Amino acid sequence: MAETARTPLRLWLSGGWLLLVVAAALFAPWIAPHDPLAQDLFLERLPPFWIEGSEPGYWLGTDSLGRDVLSRMIFGAQIALIVAILAGGAACLIGSALGLAAGYFGGWTDRVIGRIVDIWMSFPPVLFAILLVAVLGTGLHSVIIAIAVIDWTRFARVIRAETMGQTRMDYVDSALVVGRSRAGILAREVLPNVLPTIGVLLSLEMGIAVIVEAILSFVNLSIATDDPTWGGMIAEGRTQIHFAWWVLVFPMIALFLTVLSFSQFGEGLKDRLDPVLR
Amino acid sequence: MSLKSFSIRLASMIVTLFGVAVVVFVVIRVAPGDPIAMMLPPGASEADIERLRGLYGLDKTVVEQFFIWLGGVVQGDFGTSISLRQDVLTIVLGRLPATLELATMALVIACALGLLLAVLGTRRRGRRAEAAVDLWNGMTLSIPDFLWGLIFILLFAVAIPLFPVSGRINPQLNPDYVTNFLLLESILRFDFAVTGNLLRHMALPALALALPLSAVIAQVLKQSLKEVMGLDYVMLARAKGFSEFAVIWREALRNAILPTLTLAGVQFTFLIGGTVIVEKLFSYEGLGNLAIDAVINRDLPLIQGIVLVFAVLFILINLAVDLLYATLNPRLRNG
Repeated sequence: MAETARTPLRLWLSGGWLLLVVAAALFAPWIAPHDPLAQDLFLERLPPFWIEGSEPGYWLGTDSLGRDVLSRMIFGAQIALIVAILAGGAACLIGSALGLAAGYFGGWTDRVIGRIVDIWMSFPPVLFAILLVAVLGTGLHSVIIAIAVIDWTRFARVIRAETMGQTRMDYVDSALVVGRSRAGILAREVLPNVLPTIGVLLSLEMGIAVIVEAILSFVNLSIATDDPTWGGMIAEGRTQIHFAWWVLVFPMIALFLTVLSFSQFGEGLKDRLDPVLR
Repeated sequence: MSLKSFSIRLASMIVTLFGVAVVVFVVIRVAPGDPIAMMLPPGASEADIERLRGLYGLDKTVVEQFFIWLGGVVQGDFGTSISLRQDVLTIVLGRLPATLELATMALVIACALGLLLAVLGTRRRGRRAEAAVDLWNGMTLSIPDFLWGLIFILLFAVAIPLFPVSGRINPQLNPDYVTNFLLLESILRFDFAVTGNLLRHMALPALALALPLSAVIAQVLKQSLKEVMGLDYVMLARAKGFSEFAVIWREALRNAILPTLTLAGVQFTFLIGGTVIVEKLFSYEGLGNLAIDAVINRDLPLIQGIVLVFAVLFILINLAVDLLYATLNPRLRNG
């Protein structure tokens, strides 16, 4: 099938870009050519290197305060990854735990969790995020809490269905017959079988977390404006669009590739891990 | 839908609404800062503070406070906006039409585009056109509405200034209408200069909202069309000599549309959520734009009103989709 042939390439490309972002975030202080906060009014709105009027060393140009765009993007990767890992991880833990419980125990546990999920999902996510950030106050911690508190339902729904399917399998009954405890079966038998699905969802969720953080920085609800974030750079670029398009375009490309890579990595993982599809 | 299943649906809707109210109340009440302390000048006496607490019901238990608050909300009393010093419900209902018009326009575009792509992909299945449709769908799906909006601003503000990239209408037109459903009212009044201007402002934000949804619709509809195309009755229609296009359009589509409908309903609620950021991006004066300003001003009564109105809207859309599904699906008609 064409799908199978394309999968490794998809995984390689998306994985490669994500690795690049991780490297940029980890080694930002060493690889960024300039201080991301340093302003220089003599160097404001320099174009990227291939356009006349550019300054050597400022590869992707400067913004309206003379700050280096490339350096700010490299440091922006830190925020993007912190949010992806912490918010995505927290949403994954909460949602998977509740989904496993609902799917495995059924009955009242399932009904209560199901109802909470229904109520949760009747809020528009972006609006819910705004409500939470309004109450918690702006800042990175609020953004992370908001994403985790909102997006656990994505995990809970899918993992619940998956767990239900697994619980009906013969191997679970056999484990009961040989006298294993229910909690033991859940942890040792069911969990390993739903783990691939959790991995796929986590990759998708990390992409969502990155875009949500960018959106909240864009509307100035994330971290302080001075610190470089892709969303904050995009917001600044939006106001400069007629004078300096590069301030908008480069962080947009970084954001786009990262979000795309997370979702493609998840999809590629799904194709590889799902024995039925293979 | 039978009366019984309808009442079950309605009851579950009320439970969900109640849950939404609890969540909003809890979230707003855990907000740091004593609301009374913010109202009084420094140096107010203990007696004054107590009197004001009593006035706002803050001396009662949390459960009592919740029901007092809920009673007000049910009667349309959402409180007064701190930043705009106006009744919250009045402000929210004034902005709601702009958002509804934008979201509906986006839905129409998404359905039309999705239908077109699905029919095209089915008509030319196994050929290059189908691969192109799949590729396009994959691409539109992975770009969120926020990025689409930015791409359009970049394209149309910088490269080809065809459409305006901010506002709902040219302020010079300033139509003096009864309702705030400007688009609808301008059509009813045959005021086409206003209609045209509204549509031009709406085009880019609506398209940004519509593209991801159109890809979802196209994918699901194409999949179910594919399944239906192999069925006997479609073969029969083909044997009767109908053209391939007529077979798809008149026979296959009727049976393939149901799964798409349910999905489009759920996705429509996501689209409405997306208006928050897209309106901000295009400075479109709707509810979403208002929501962000309310957060920046920490205007909790206003935020609470907007969130509740959105939640009610969501629940109503889901109900409407269920009803529509039941009417269209013959198997559920007397269930």
